Amino acid sequence: MTAETGLVALWLAAALALAQLVLGALALKNGADAARAAPTVRAVATVQGALALAAMAALIAAFLASDMSVALVAANSHSMKPTLYKFAGAWGNHEGSMLLWVTILGLAGAAVARLEHRLRADTLVATLAAQAAIALGFYAFLLFASNPFARLDPAPADGAGLNPLLQDPGLAFHPPTLYAGYVGLSVAFSFAVGALVTRDVGAAFARAMRPWVLGAWIFLTLGITAGSYWAYYELGWGGWWFWDPVENASLMPWLAATALLHSVSVLATRDGLRAWTVMLAVVAFSMSMIGTFLVRSGILTSVHAFAVDPRRGAFILALLVIYIGGALLLFGLRIGTVRQGKLFEGVSREGALVANNLLLTVILGIVLIGTFYPIVAAAMGVQLSVGPPFFDSTAGPVALLLVAVLAAGPVMRWRRDDPGEVAQRLFPAIAATLFAGVGTFVLGGPIAPLPLLGIALGVGLAVASVAPLAKRNLRRAPLQLWGMVVAHLGVAVSLIGMAASTAYTQERLVAVGTGDPARVAGFTVRLEGVRPLVGDNWTALEGHLNVTLDDEAIAVLRPQVRYFTTPVTTTNESAILTRWDGQLYAVLGTLGEDGRWQLRLWWKPMVTLIWFGGFLIALGGALALVGHQWRLWQQRRRADAVAETAAWSAA
Amino acid sequence: MSGGRGSAPGAGPRHARWLLWLPLCAFGIVLAVVLWGLWRPADRTVYSAMVGKPLPDFTLPAIAPGKPGVTSADFRRGAPRLLNVFASWCVPCVAEAPQLLTLKAAGVPIDAVAIKDTPADVAAFLQRHGDPYASVGSDPHSRLQLALGSSGVPETFVVDGQGIIRLQHVGDIRADDVPQLLQALAAARGAGAAR
Repeated sequence: MTAETGLVALWLAAALALAQLVLGALALKNGADAARAAPTVRAVATVQGALALAAMAALIAAFLASDMSVALVAANSHSMKPTLYKFAGAWGNHEGSMLLWVTILGLAGAAVARLEHRLRADTLVATLAAQAAIALGFYAFLLFASNPFARLDPAPADGAGLNPLLQDPGLAFHPPTLYAGYVGLSVAFSFAVGALVTRDVGAAFARAMRPWVLGAWIFLTLGITAGSYWAYYELGWGGWWFWDPVENASLMPWLAATALLHSVSVLATRDGLRAWTVMLAVVAFSMSMIGTFLVRSGILTSVHAFAVDPRRGAFILALLVIYIGGALLLFGLRIGTVRQGKLFEGVSREGALVANNLLLTVILGIVLIGTFYPIVAAAMGVQLSVGPPFFDSTAGPVALLLVAVLAAGPVMRWRRDDPGEVAQRLFPAIAATLFAGVGTFVLGGPIAPLPLLGIALGVGLAVASVAPLAKRNLRRAPLQLWGMVVAHLGVAVSLIGMAASTAYTQERLVAVGTGDPARVAGFTVRLEGVRPLVGDNWTALEGHLNVTLDDEAIAVLRPQVRYFTTPVTTTNESAILTRWDGQLYAVLGTLGEDGRWQLRLWWKPMVTLIWFGGFLIALGGALALVGHQWRLWQQRRRADAVAETAAWSAA
Repeated sequence: MSGGRGSAPGAGPRHARWLLWLPLCAFGIVLAVVLWGLWRPADRTVYSAMVGKPLPDFTLPAIAPGKPGVTSADFRRGAPRLLNVFASWCVPCVAEAPQLLTLKAAGVPIDAVAIKDTPADVAAFLQRHGDPYASVGSDPHSRLQLALGSSGVPETFVVDGQGIIRLQHVGDIRADDVPQLLQALAAARGAGAAR
């Protein structure tokens, strides 16, 4: 019954999305009706979100109960699986992940319906109608091309099991977080479409949109950071970013959303960059949808492509044409009639933010081209894959230029600033950059130019990012300012981690017998033995590695080779020793004929900073979000107080 | 406003028209690329770095009853052969067994490498699913498999009479793959004759 309940909820949600779209469109046709229709549209959007959530809950229930008569459960779960993976397995497959996608889309719409009170009534109705239009297409995709609730008759005795690479606690958090970010950007998209329909692009619109962008961006940042760490320890390759198409698919919306976050500030504060902001809002979610399409269509091969089906690809492509094409067409037709916002001098906060936006867009373009180039090359009969050498050498330098702008922007004044004074304010940061660069070059040993620049600029940015707090009373500095400082500091921290671990990683691949030592970066790692181990649905061989540093035992590492039975797969579970200055990473390989084990060891200095920085970036976003909402709440309270006083004096 | 670039509200310059259509054009280009990618016949061939390279030298001990093991010298006798990487524990290997029998019936000599297998299991496998092999060698630690750049079972290599790899087929051989393999074998034979 659970599966049928879910299916009914999904159909009802689709019907409500249609109602929401039609109601909204009708109300907008008669301009005066918008304010009257708003409460109804809000209610419909709320119920629609709740129904989508109910459908998702039904699928999770079917997975938890191991209901093998549901085809999706049979194909992706197994009764012997740990409960956490039964739960998370609900979205560790094509249909379930699309249902999660739509659920978050519906919930985002419901959140706008409940929480958004600053937007003009007609723009709100248009926004919710746009959100419903997007949801409708993806409901149709689920119901007609990817039904997660399809039954099997007869039901199999047990399921096929979940891909062992996905059997990790990370699966419980990573997809929902990332999707909340991906799909959260739909709100910005719908805001942009709504504002284009009602020609309501201005500072007030930007202030209303900002928290939604910020919220989605925080989730996206967390999702990418967590995903990177998950790939790092689970895949056992010792890398933290692979420029895999699916990683690029999450990076592209993030780049667009980061640009949007900054341009929306210009629009909110100075009423500039109107067309650009609207375009970015459209582009950011378009990138999310293109990412979904890339992953789900199978036109690019990737480790994440668990549903390679061209027909589904064609369906999503049709949706992309309607939504992205439609929104960009509307943009082209309407934005010309929106008055241009305020202009500004080149050397100013706005100027730096425009430079930031352009550089982010250039990186976005590079990633987009690099991701799609294999398809273009295939069209010309060449088989190739575009990997780290291309991205590192193209996006890397632009990113470093961006870091330089990022250091300068926050110390500049709005509208107009004096280049000499800006340089003066940046003096400590410039000195730190030079100092760190020279110090690294002299003391750190041989290093490639890009990582060297990365470390130097990272240190400089760390100094520059706290500069806006200088000469301020720290306790009275607004939370938004703290947010910006923390986020920019996070970029610096992450950059130092990336550059240092790239430059100074030491790798050792050895064959060791029991008792043999292997040395890497001052550590001595001794294989004490290998023993078999039995888990819930796997068996493993676990190495026992004693790690000593300067003849002092500091840790025991236990890397495993795991053999899963359903489906039959082997995974390498790395063992990681985290020290303050880096991580020792060990992977157990295969047993050779001579009785010696392959052992792969890495010393990765400062590598943890990458994810710590990512976390700081998200934390900065959260501080800014809370800060903005806090100020809004205070303003409202003050307005209430004024109204009360007025009422008193009138009495 | 002192700067010459300031704009009075309401009388600001309009946005450059053509720029506004740029995003749509960019999307159009992406769309064209994607459409092509979607409609092109799905090409799942792995373009192996081993194609065109000689087989590595190896000698594998016998594992199947009454059949010799496999050595690289077998592939340098002038006639093209298939080298099938399989295992008795592999399900797709069962699926491709009929196609291998078809190829054998067409006169193609097939040698096999059994990965991480035991004589008893291989014998049972060949008895149940048919025996298309001229010889079967045992590769208990996947040494040869790694040297061949093969990432899983089953995989099949077309090797010409000089021991040069001409084609790597990844995954099970489906019925529609048989003509392609026969074609590759014929081409290898032709090339050998020309030389």
